Amino acid sequence: MIHYFIGDLGHFFIILSFVTSLVAAFAYWKTKYSVEGALQESWRQNARIAFYVHTLAVIGVFISLFTIIYNHYFEYHYAYSHSSRHLPSHYMVSCFWEGQEGSFLLWIFWQAVLGLFVIHTQKNWEAPVMIVFSLVQAFLVSMILGIVFPVFDFKLGSSPFILLRDALSDPIFKIQPDFVPADGSGLNPLLQNYWMVIHPPTLFLGFAATLVPFAFCIAGLWEKKYKEWIKPALPWALFGGAVLGLGILMGGYWAYETLNFGGYWNWDPVENAVYVPWLVLIAAIHTMIVYKNSKTALKTSVILVISVFVLILYSTFLTRSGILGDASVHSFTDLGLSGQLLIYLLFFTVISILLAAVRWKEIPSSSEEVSTYSREFWIFLGATTLCLMGFQVLIPTSIPVYNQIVSLFGGSSNLAPPADQIAFYSKFQLWFGIAIALLSGTGQFFWWKRIDKSRLKKELLGPLLISLVVFAIIISLARVAEPAYVILTLAGVYIIVSNIKVLTSVFRVNPSLSGGALTHIGVGMALIGIMFSAGYSNVVSLNNTGMLISSELSTEFNRDNLLLFVNEPRSMAGYDIEYLGERFEFRNKHGYVKKSDVELTVDPYKVVAKRDIIFEDKTIYSAKDTFEIYPENTYYEIELRKGDEVAAILYPRVQINEAMGGFIASPDISRGLGRDLYTHVSAPMNREAEVDWSDMEEIRVRPGQQFFVNDYVATLDEVHRIEEIQGVELRNEDVAVQATIVVNGERNPYYAEPIFLIKDKSQVGRISSEISELGIKITLLNIHPEAGEFTLGLNTRQKDWVIIKAMEKPYINLLWLGTGVIMVGFTVAMVRRFRERV
Amino acid sequence: MKKSHIFAIVIIAIAIGIIVTTAGDASTYVNFDQAYQMASTGNSTSIHVVGQLKKDSNGEIVGLRNAPDNLSFTFVLVDENGKEQKVFYNEPMPPDFTRSENVVIIGNYQGENFVANKILLKCPSKYQEQSVNAGV
Repeated sequence: MIHYFIGDLGHFFIILSFVTSLVAAFAYWKTKYSVEGALQESWRQNARIAFYVHTLAVIGVFISLFTIIYNHYFEYHYAYSHSSRHLPSHYMVSCFWEGQEGSFLLWIFWQAVLGLFVIHTQKNWEAPVMIVFSLVQAFLVSMILGIVFPVFDFKLGSSPFILLRDALSDPIFKIQPDFVPADGSGLNPLLQNYWMVIHPPTLFLGFAATLVPFAFCIAGLWEKKYKEWIKPALPWALFGGAVLGLGILMGGYWAYETLNFGGYWNWDPVENAVYVPWLVLIAAIHTMIVYKNSKTALKTSVILVISVFVLILYSTFLTRSGILGDASVHSFTDLGLSGQLLIYLLFFTVISILLAAVRWKEIPSSSEEVSTYSREFWIFLGATTLCLMGFQVLIPTSIPVYNQIVSLFGGSSNLAPPADQIAFYSKFQLWFGIAIALLSGTGQFFWWKRIDKSRLKKELLGPLLISLVVFAIIISLARVAEPAYVILTLAGVYIIVSNIKVLTSVFRVNPSLSGGALTHIGVGMALIGIMFSAGYSNVVSLNNTGMLISSELSTEFNRDNLLLFVNEPRSMAGYDIEYLGERFEFRNKHGYVKKSDVELTVDPYKVVAKRDIIFEDKTIYSAKDTFEIYPENTYYEIELRKGDEVAAILYPRVQINEAMGGFIASPDISRGLGRDLYTHVSAPMNREAEVDWSDMEEIRVRPGQQFFVNDYVATLDEVHRIEEIQGVELRNEDVAVQATIVVNGERNPYYAEPIFLIKDKSQVGRISSEISELGIKITLLNIHPEAGEFTLGLNTRQKDWVIIKAMEKPYINLLWLGTGVIMVGFTVAMVRRFRERV
Repeated sequence: MKKSHIFAIVIIAIAIGIIVTTAGDASTYVNFDQAYQMASTGNSTSIHVVGQLKKDSNGEIVGLRNAPDNLSFTFVLVDENGKEQKVFYNEPMPPDFTRSENVVIIGNYQGENFVANKILLKCPSKYQEQSVNAGV
């Protein structure tokens, strides 16, 4: 049965929210341009009602879509392509924003909420600010509108409420229009991660927050209140800076835990697209603070605040239009919205540039020459550095856009992004980072006191000396040698030390002013953490077998991967490393189970325990229990030992994931205070490939007798009659016996249970049993009742293996700690500015 | 000249510097002939080559060879002009390698051989799928 109602309701809410946002914009326009009095008040009332209805409609869309996902209405394309019956309910939240439409909705929702805040706290600004808000909402809602204009053959937006039969052209819908698939195609398993539940909402709250300062800036230019807009805009800019920064970092942390490129930041275009506006936003916060204190840098603030919003739109265009296609690993699918997105981008770019240009001459600016010893000078330098830092990332990221423009004018451009993105961006961003650290370390001294040349020397001397001492200790202990890293370390230590000095003096006077110093300390810690974890990230799984790739090549290669056979320890970075075999993860409990300890069933999510399942010395399931696992994931148990002590047991994961192109490896990380040990699978055995079994060797054994197979000692334990075999129907006269053979592995026994079957008195069937880890297959070939003996067939092959890559990430915790400090600093600053505003 | 003017000039200079170095560091999409020419003139920068795996008339991939220890492999790539080239890659073969439609290799010629530092695979995407997996 197709549930038409809920989809129609959802679509109605989308249209309602679109119409009401336009009504709100119009009514606020009327409010702005009508004379003060009863008429203006009634327009304001109308506008507010329209915006309230808009917000309710957006919530209605949310609820409708979630109902569809939660109740598994797979007749809807959104539920079918993003969810499935096996999905745990907390991840249904993530499927909500896996698709483009859902993430637009999230963005729309946050902006509606922020709009309500503005309405209730900013009466003087309400009309012009809310016009900007309502227009932005109208543009965003139009992306999910899903209205087709048949005459022009034009579709406005892509609705999340389209039915599967309208989205796909599968022939089944011609025969059976009401066909509903039994299950959805599921959420990309990489996104089934707790960070993916909270990362998108955080990021889009950050996106939404950048609208607030932009709207105030536009309103200020429009109403010619050139100075006044800064005050209400600043706390929201701080809020946006904190939330967007946190959102970006959550994405990085997810990548560190889940993807196998070996780090938290890959300079992928999608990452760059949010990094650039964030940098410019930070620059804007600084110039706005300068303006609040010294009435300079107003024009710069206007430019930067507008740039932040335009860059957010540009990044939306880059990631969602499909233009990055070949250049990025994780861009969204192209929904055919490129034109709409481009109009959205150009509309606000042109409007704001025009408005700023018209008003430019009227914006007050100080003609006073800025002194080198003023705080304005230093902050201005810092803001400029931040902008250049963003510019350096923006230019190469835009190469696909540049190619597109060239081909639009009939030319052709074969420019590709830099071949080694990480090296390319790092070599520039490193020096910008150093500049930022030096500027903000020094700038803090000017910030709190008027300082002249002689005072400066006195103030700086202490922190400089302390920095040098700390720096010398770090350098000698951690053996930093690369010149650029040495300088970065010095700059990082300097910004921390000088800001601690400022922090202590400020804290005594008024703790609520300590936000800036705290944030800068966090920046220093993060810089040093990044330098160590990325700069000194070290491949430890070096191959020392000395085998060469090919004699045709003259160059000696580094071999970064290690081939591990089951139960054969190798040495790596001072550890003994040993691969123990493939594992499944329990679905409802914590832990892993040997693949050979369970029997698969028809339902891929359910398995039956062959024997008691023990994990970390606890019995999790008893023999014959049926329990649930994640069938798409295979974990590779790898033990690290130092001497005789087990240092860590790692479970890197491999996932068969059609959506992402087949094979995805996720690392497992052994976390330590000083360093993380990061291990991922680079190549697993291919189970589909034909296996090279040796020719069968036949032996005759009695129960209890030992024999050798693939160099292991094995015993025929017992043979007994069984009453049922999975997948085979047994009748009364049929006979089935099962042999149990124990193979003594290096650490624990492995079991083979081949079956011998006589069906209909004459037909003989043999079901062999394989011990995959040890590369052994045993067949019960014949029974000799008179002698009490059995003939076994033995086949062998190479033991199971896995190829891994392992890296050390020194002092990465410093980065996470620094991020925490930055967030605390932002919060302190935000609280102060919000209080100040009231 | 005012200080702010000097400041502006410095910023513009840095911005231009960034654009110039970006243009210099940007890679290019080329074919094997161009790549070979670049390498033989002493230019050892990494470039992008787009191509497909060489297949015989039955659609079987030919020229694919795994190293004995599985830690590296070589394959034959046919570029857009139809030129075949043996490519070395010093990483284990990605399991979905043989299923890829298009292969982008990033690297350069070393002598007569192309050595790839990075391989990007374009696999048949789930999103082009137009049929329903009816399920049970």
